[in-house]
Amino acid sequence: MGATLNAGDLRKGLKLEIDGEPYLIVDFEFTKPGKGQALYKCRLKNLITGVQFDKTYRSGDKFVEADTDEQEVEYLYKDGNNYYFMNMTTYEQVEMTADQLGDAANFLTENLKVNMLFFKDRPIGITLPNFVELKVIKAEPGVKGDTASGATKPVTLETGYKVQVPLFVEEGDVLKIDTRTGSYVERVSAK
Amino acid sequence: MKDSRYFAERRRDIVLTLRRFFYEKGFLEVETPLIIQAPAPEMHIEPVRSEIGFLITSPELHMKMLIARGFGNIFQICRVFRKGEFGKVHLPGFTILEWYRTNADYTDLMKDCKELFSYIANCINCFKVSFRQSMLTPSEPWKIITVEEAFVKWAGWNPIKQWNRDRFYIDLVEKVEPHLGFPQPCILKNYPASESALARIKESNPEVCERFEVYWGGIELANGFSELTDPVEQRRRFEDVIRWRRLHGLPKLPMPEQFLEELEQMPKTAGIALGVDRLVMIFSGADCIQDVVLFSEEFLPHGNT
Repeated sequence: MGATLNAGDLRKGLKLEIDGEPYLIVDFEFTKPGKGQALYKCRLKNLITGVQFDKTYRSGDKFVEADTDEQEVEYLYKDGNNYYFMNMTTYEQVEMTADQLGDAANFLTENLKVNMLFFKDRPIGITLPNFVELKVIKAEPGVKGDTASGATKPVTLETGYKVQVPLFVEEGDVLKIDTRTGSYVERVSAK
Repeated sequence: MKDSRYFAERRRDIVLTLRRFFYEKGFLEVETPLIIQAPAPEMHIEPVRSEIGFLITSPELHMKMLIARGFGNIFQICRVFRKGEFGKVHLPGFTILEWYRTNADYTDLMKDCKELFSYIANCINCFKVSFRQSMLTPSEPWKIITVEEAFVKWAGWNPIKQWNRDRFYIDLVEKVEPHLGFPQPCILKNYPASESALARIKESNPEVCERFEVYWGGIELANGFSELTDPVEQRRRFEDVIRWRRLHGLPKLPMPEQFLEELEQMPKTAGIALGVDRLVMIFSGADCIQDVVLFSEEFLPHGNT
């Protein structure tokens, strides 16, 4: 179990365990009417579901720091619904399900190094690099003459992820993708 | 470019103006001890302990003792310390202006406040200021609203009729304060009788006390009241606070015996405390108190601040 904390210890970036789940304080504000009690306004993000909510605490409230740990892992392979990683510190194999990974699964390629967050020694999520490079495995040829700016077409990347790209992109091209938005940034190399 | 030097100059101009204002009105500037043996016990203000006494959370008790000793109108600008307060408008150490007016009540202090703000505006030539997302002005007319009216209007309940301390302070911060002081400063007055251990109860309405706060741009700037001068009633209220603190597991505070003894001699008086850093912050359009306090990082919370 994590350390016990008081309201006065709350700050942005701290992780708390609430009802058995880990939360991150993503926004924090201390307020206090001169003669009144101190209030600690927090925006909390559930580290498993990603759901955010606001909660105001008072002096006297007690908290438990979430027992979390972040480690570097390398993505190995996918088997059915499961994704396997190698913990680069312990060399143990760790698995996560597609559900747990959510959209992050769209950007995993063999040997990609990511940070994995553990809660009570169980993996709960990964932090991807902001940009990854992925190969186009399926693209319809662009229609000749259609150069209207802003025109796009869908292509399929090596992870199975479908993304809208400019018409000049072809099968075999390598694209830079922003993992935070899931969108195309630029073509890194042509086939 | 507003850098720390800019804010330091702004502070100098404003502090100079504050002094001049009170000198011109014939107030005596005083200095009372920063370390004392018994601060006024408060439910929600934690004093910092030093090896030889408590750092003051306000110069209030000693200034009132001077009034009791016949000093007449006095003011002081000094540093005060309150444990655990760190936020966009809070520092555990900050500069306070307090003034006490004899033969006066809280309405006289309201007049002082309006005059003082106009005086500052004139002296530093600042009649309009962009603070956070609002355009503010220190000029009159100021709005005056009672706690009862404000809560009924914005929080949907009446704290004077149905008292609930926990709900009161949360709603004050979240529902009421955001409306106060746009574009001119606003006075919030007549607090529930229980919410000021040192203020006089209003004779015409014993459910409230003669206490008010000045808000500007949603920020609490000053807290003033007609002073309680009855030592028996004052001792009873301090005892209530000390008991409340014990029930809530807060550090024990001594009874300010010397103050209670001298209070007997205190004439009718009204007194007020104004946060100087916050005043500088708004008049110079700074976003947070840290912008206008040099080396505020010394106060960053490290566990026991």
